[in-house]
Order: sequence, then structure tokens, then C-alpha cells
Amino acid sequence: MTNAHADYVLGLADDALVSAQRMGWWISRAPQLEEDVALANIGLDQLGQARTLLAHAGSLEGEGRGEDDLAYFRDERDFRNVKLVERPQTDFAVTMARLLVFATWQAELYAVLAHSSDPTLAGVAGKAVKEVAYHVDHARQWVLRLGDGTDESHLRMQVAVDAEWPFVEELFGAVDPALVADGIAADPTVLRPAVLGRVGRVLGEATLTVPHLAPAVAGGREGLHTEHLGFLLAEMQHLSRSHPGASW
Amino acid sequence: MRDWPLWEVFVRSRRGLSHVHVGSLHAPDAEMALRNARDLYTRRQEGVSLWVVPAAEIVASSPDEADAFFDPAADKIYRHPTFYDVPEGVEHL
Amino acid sequence: MAQVYGNDFTAPGETPARPATSDEPETFRALLEGEGRVEPRDDLPDAYRRTLVRQIAQHAHSEIIGMQPEGNWISRAPSLRRKAILMAKVQDEAGHGLYLYAAAETLGVDRADLLDQLHSGRQKYSSIFNYPTLTWADMGAIGWLVDGAAIVNQVPLCRCSYGPYARAMIRVCKEESFHQRQGFEILHTLSHGTPAQKAMAQDAVDRYWWPSLMMFGPPDDDSPNSAQSMAWGIKRFSNDDLRQRFVDMAVPQAEALGLTLPDPEIRWNEDRGHHDFGEVDFTELFEVIKGNGPCNAERMAHRVRAHEDGAWVREAANAYADKQAARPGADVA
Repeated sequence: MTNAHADYVLGLADDALVSAQRMGWWISRAPQLEEDVALANIGLDQLGQARTLLAHAGSLEGEGRGEDDLAYFRDERDFRNVKLVERPQTDFAVTMARLLVFATWQAELYAVLAHSSDPTLAGVAGKAVKEVAYHVDHARQWVLRLGDGTDESHLRMQVAVDAEWPFVEELFGAVDPALVADGIAADPTVLRPAVLGRVGRVLGEATLTVPHLAPAVAGGREGLHTEHLGFLLAEMQHLSRSHPGASW
Repeated sequence: MRDWPLWEVFVRSRRGLSHVHVGSLHAPDAEMALRNARDLYTRRQEGVSLWVVPAAEIVASSPDEADAFFDPAADKIYRHPTFYDVPEGVEHL
Repeated sequence: MAQVYGNDFTAPGETPARPATSDEPETFRALLEGEGRVEPRDDLPDAYRRTLVRQIAQHAHSEIIGMQPEGNWISRAPSLRRKAILMAKVQDEAGHGLYLYAAAETLGVDRADLLDQLHSGRQKYSSIFNYPTLTWADMGAIGWLVDGAAIVNQVPLCRCSYGPYARAMIRVCKEESFHQRQGFEILHTLSHGTPAQKAMAQDAVDRYWWPSLMMFGPPDDDSPNSAQSMAWGIKRFSNDDLRQRFVDMAVPQAEALGLTLPDPEIRWNEDRGHHDFGEVDFTELFEVIKGNGPCNAERMAHRVRAHEDGAWVREAANAYADKQAARPGADVA
């Protein structure tokens, strides 16, 4: 058990946590009431994944930090999530474009991690793989409808895909080769073609174009984030931090 | 703008039981109706299988016809096993 | 008109629902007298139908608007466990709104029309949701007091004469049993926490106690629709009876929490077998109903914005469905 191992799990945990935080915004704001319920289900799945992964990261770290210590008492430089998930998503097309990419990546990732040599991680992934399969499906249904719906929705969906695309590459950033060799982590070079292939097929079916855009500057896994994450964390953490040591 | 149509939702709560009507929802098409039904009506493990049916496709009997439809069955008591006398001591009948 | 979780009443100056007439269909009266359930395709008196549509719709609107005061704290819940519970609870409220709109639609109205009436202010929602949620403890107070009051109102509705409404309420009540308990648990944790947490809990109870009592509507002699609703088997108990039941339940629970209720007149009355309590200030309630509550404008603006911002999405889904249906070999499913 090395710090790289804890850091790897922490990155996946933060991805899920920050996604859930963004998804929670939609509850009471969705385009139709049925969709409020659907997005809440997805957010709850992501939050559940985040909690078990954070708890696992805490135990790997071995300093006695639990899920809430890690969620509420780290600053943005200590968060390890990719930038894809941290930017605002108050547009429905952006939300669906991002969910398509993120959930497809999670689906491929968790399918591999379900056989990880880290048994806890394998357990979490084995459960999550079914959840994210539903997220992929939900995103796909909406990307199809928006991409191949009205002229306006097609345009908005394409704009959203273009906006998310530069942040896709960071999902396939390098992972400590020792973790891959030990069968703990998934090899990002294996995930990349699988994820991009699946996403590309959905975009094509939705009459959308796969963008040719340069990747954005990465760094989320090293704690170098966009300016948005600080505000997200300020909102999420302020109450806990105002009452250090309190139970809720 | 046209509103999304109404769908009636039926849930099979577990294997071996029939689908039972649980309510309705709105969805633009059958695929979304099925997914919305999953999200709305099976959040607490209420089901293992779902049907969605366009509400407009359901043909229902009318209460006006209820007398003609259902009352004639009332006097056919010979359709029920309790109508018959079984002699004392006869089993498995 | 405002109705609170199945409690229908009229503000002063508004016209009450049309009184009962003797020309109700024979089959309908026979059903009511036999405590039978009325079903959608039965021959219903217009006034019964209209009363139900309004009551169920306003009940549904209350669930939908009720997502906002608690949704306000999802991003700030102080632990991940609390965040998950709160998300699930606010999601349930959307679900309950949907079950209720579905029940209303069995009466021949469209949900889109009902939502239009909400958005244009022609139909109301429960006044309680026009109060702001200022601290985390408000999540506790809403769960314990507001959901507690709602449950007292809603349980009798499970036996409402209109079948689809009663069935929706059975589902809602079953799911809501966790709502009140999680609220109580929040307050219990706070009141046994740090002094600052306990003060936060007391402050929330102080602010939500009286508005919760108002949820049961005006006193019986000032509630013109109640008698008719009771005759129709929509309402089973009077406003004052339900309010009393709620107070009797809340007083010992407050003691268990170690919190006080902001009413010096609360005391056990041996003769009545109930708790006496102070007079509710209904002028405040009527002001909130008229639109002058602390958050009326914000709640409506939030709801209308969500609806309008989503219009292009709903339209795109229609367009896609049309294209799919027109494609050669298109299947129903």
C-alpha cells in the first residue's frame, strides 16, 4: 500500500463527489418533473460511490480520516478530481454531454476495476458498474433527442459537446505504472479507445460531430484546478468548517 | 408546444406476480416512458419488471355498463366450489 | 384559496366552493353512504370534481414548490450522509408531486394546464414553503414539524372517497415515513451537540412552530369549505381536530429533543385530555396566502424559470419522437 494507491482512489472519489455536487443543483430545476427524479437518482448514485471511495482512500492513507474529513476539510489544491466534472453545469445540454463522457469513462473503468487486486476497490466497482450503465443510457437517450431533435437543440447540443471536449483527454492521464502492473488500477491507454469509440458512436447517431479540439491544460489529478472548484468547495464545506469537531 | 403524452405504468413487484397498475407519468416516447417509470416508480425496489402503455390506448368499460357487464355473473353460483355438497368423510375433492 | 397538504380552505374575501346540491347522481350518493370508493369514470357531480381537481392540484403544487426550501441546502449539507438523505428527500417530493398530478389527471385535466395555473398564480401551494430556510437546522424543523403536520393531514386522506387520490396518498404516506424521522434526528443531533448547534436548532423550531400550526388552516367556524369536503368524504377530520392532534404529538417530542416550543400557553389540560395552546395568528397566514410572505416571489420565479428554461428540451424530445415515428419500419416501442 503506497500513497500512490491512496491518491488513485482519492481521484476517483473526488470525481464522483464533485459530479454529485453539480448534479444536486438540478433538483427542482430540471426541464420536466420526471427528469428531476432521474437526475437525483444519478446524483445519489455518484454520491454513494464517492462515499465508499473516500472511506477507502482514507483507510489506505492510514491517518484516520473518514469520508467527511476528506470531503469537507481539504482545500482545492488537495482535491484530485478531473476538471471535466468541476465546471458549472447549469445548461441541460452541457449536463448531458458531460454525463455521456464521464459515465462512459466510469463504465469502462469500473468494468476493469471490478477485477482489481485491491478487493475493496473491486467491490465498489462491481456495484458501481451497474449504476453507471444506467447513467450512460440516460445520457445517450438525451444526447440522441437533443442532437436529432429541433434545429435549436441540435445547435445547443453541439455547442455543449464542443465545450466539454477539451476536458475529455484528462480522463486518460497517466497513472502510476506500478499500480497498473500490480493490477490495482486500470490502464488509461486501454480505456481511451474504448471510451472514445462508444462516445463517438452515440454522437454520430445523434447527428453530432466529434470535435477536433486541442485538449485543455490538465492538472486536476495534481490539484491544479479551474477557478470554479474553489467556489464549489466553499459552498459545500462552509457549514462543516464553521463548526469544527461538531457532529451532524 | 405539444405536451408530452401520458403513459400508464404497471409494475411486477416480484417474479411470480402479475404487473399491477401503479400510476402514470409523462414522456415523449416509449423508451423515455420506460426509463421515467423506472426512476419514478421503483426507487425503493418496488419492481423487477415494468410495462408502460400509452394512456390513450387503454379501452375501459364504463360504469354505465357495469350493471349489464357484471351483474349477470352474480347468480351463477354454480361456478363456485362452495355451491356443491360434499358427503361427510370424502377427501381430496 | 390555499390548501395545505390536503387541507382545503378559503382566505377571507374569496368565494368558497359551490355548496352541495341535492341533484347529485344517485349512484354517487350511494357510494358515499356505503363508504365506497369513487372512481374516475363514475358519474361525478361537477362541484365534487372541481373541488378534487383544485385540492389535488394544489397538493401536487405544494410538493413541487416544497422542493425549493430544502433544495436550498443540498449543496451545503454538513456531512455526506446528510447530503444523500436530503437529496433523496427532495427527490421524493418531486415524486409525490408526480403521483398527485397523475391522480388529478384521472379527473380529465392535463398536468400542463395545472402547471400553467400554478405558474400564473391562479392556483396556490402550501404557504409554509414561502418561509426561508436560513440555517441547516431548518432542515430538521421542516422534517419534524412541517412533514409532521403534513402526515397528520395526509393519513386521513388515504381513506379519501376518491380512489386515485387515496391510492396516491397511500404511496406518499408510505414513502414519507422517513421524512419526519430524519428531521427529528437532525434536531436531536443538533440539540445534543455544541451550544452553537443547539441554539441553531432552537431558533429553527422558534421560526417554524407557528407556521406549522397554520398549515391546518383556519379555525373550523371560519372554514367554509370544510363541511362540504367532509360530507363528500374528501376530508375526514376538522382543521382544529387535526391541529390538536399535531400539538399533542409534538409536545412530548419537543421534550425528548430538549427544545422548547415558542408558546408559553402550552400546558396539559387534564379535563380535555389534550394540550392547551396559544392562539394562532391567522392574519399572518392570510398575508402569506395573498402573496406577501417572505419568499412568495422567489419560489414562483424559481419554478417558472425552470419551466421556461426547459422548454427547448421538451420540444426537442417531441421533435425526435415525431422523426422516429415517421421513419420507415418505425415500431411503437
